[in-house]
Amino acid sequence: MGDDEEVKVFGMWASPYSRRVELALKLKGIPYEYIEEDLSNKSALLIKHNPVHQKIPVLVHNGKSIPESLVILEYIDETWRNNPILLSQDPYDRAMARFWAKFIDEKILSTTRKVSFTTGKEQEHAIEEVTEQLKLLENEVKGKAYFGGEGIGYVDIVANFLVFWFGNLQEALGINIFSQHKFPFIFEWIQKQLKIDMVDESRIPKDKHLTYIRTRLAAFKSASK
Amino acid sequence: MAGELVLLDFWPSPFGMRSRIALAEKGIPYEYREEDLRNKSDLLLQMNPVHKKIPVLIHNGKPVCESVIQVQYIDEVWHDKAPLIPSDPYQRAVARFWVDFIDKKIYELGSKIWKTKGEEQANAKKEFIECLKLLEGELGDKTYFGGESLGYVDVALVPFYSWFYAYEKCGDFSIEAECPKMIAWVKRCMQKESVAKSLPDQEKVYEFILQLKKVFGIE
Repeated sequence: MGDDEEVKVFGMWASPYSRRVELALKLKGIPYEYIEEDLSNKSALLIKHNPVHQKIPVLVHNGKSIPESLVILEYIDETWRNNPILLSQDPYDRAMARFWAKFIDEKILSTTRKVSFTTGKEQEHAIEEVTEQLKLLENEVKGKAYFGGEGIGYVDIVANFLVFWFGNLQEALGINIFSQHKFPFIFEWIQKQLKIDMVDESRIPKDKHLTYIRTRLAAFKSASK
Repeated sequence: MAGELVLLDFWPSPFGMRSRIALAEKGIPYEYREEDLRNKSDLLLQMNPVHKKIPVLIHNGKPVCESVIQVQYIDEVWHDKAPLIPSDPYQRAVARFWVDFIDKKIYELGSKIWKTKGEEQANAKKEFIECLKLLEGELGDKTYFGGESLGYVDVALVPFYSWFYAYEKCGDFSIEAECPKMIAWVKRCMQKESVAKSLPDQEKVYEFILQLKKVFGIE
């Protein structure tokens, strides 16, 4: 790794997908330039680096663009082989880690969007669904210090949205899906995560976040009238 | 290293086909078990309690779920035969990106083509073709997405070819007319025994879709 190593992250401060990429880079001690994107007015550079989806996050390493947060995390782990190693070398452990990361993104985070953007019976159903999905995740971390076992790894980073983001979201929505009483093992895991400097430092400013979520929800409500 | 290998699958599933191709490419023997999705086996429910879906690859009693995860697992365990995933981190990221793209777009759009009518179907067809054209762009002048040999993206995408005839009949359009490069690539893939033996006959898939339409009450 030399002085000519150029790492850029196109991100958005409130996006859990963006935050997980920054966390991985910080944990591995990789310096990077962060570019904040205004999602209502995406930059030409972002579109150039992610023409297919035009979304954040995008990692640009020495001019090479890598979009999609899970793809980026594996790229970071494979390119910078210093500690913490995010994915085990064992094929079965890797398969399990990938399974849970996919579950988090395709189920939990996807259902969370439904919880945010629906009302009435539809929202009630989404809340039930996400509660069941969180229970499955709770079961997975039960008896473990980290999802990966020994130290912070791939799934812990993907699950980082539970440390700050999810709590803020449910406060803004005025619901209580996620509590220490209902999910003692996830909360125990959160406490361990907070002891890691880089995780604690990646805290999203709460008031700013609450305002942002409330503004988005209000905009959505008025748009759907 | 082979140990005991079982694949719980369902014959028309493009996801199951991915694992079939990967195992065939590497010449790995396994037991194929057909699941009746209206009456899922205890083994399936036990091995994939979270999603209760096929395909499930069971290796020495331990389940690996999700087709893209299975293909990567197969490639990592049997890494010395017919490698599917590049070794360079950036090339791996590119391959993973396109497999993710295929997963997000092709199945869902294809489903809309056979399940819907009118404007919804027309939009699905348009977007489907646009996605195939993007994939054609990624293929470029290469023989396969993986270069000179089948790669991860080829394995992830080619199973959907077995559904093309059904999409074309239901959507009243020709995929070859819109995306000739894609069909040329498909034909090259079908020359490979691992692919040809893993994909069901297109007419059979179409009949299956017609049955599903009856069951779901879709015109």
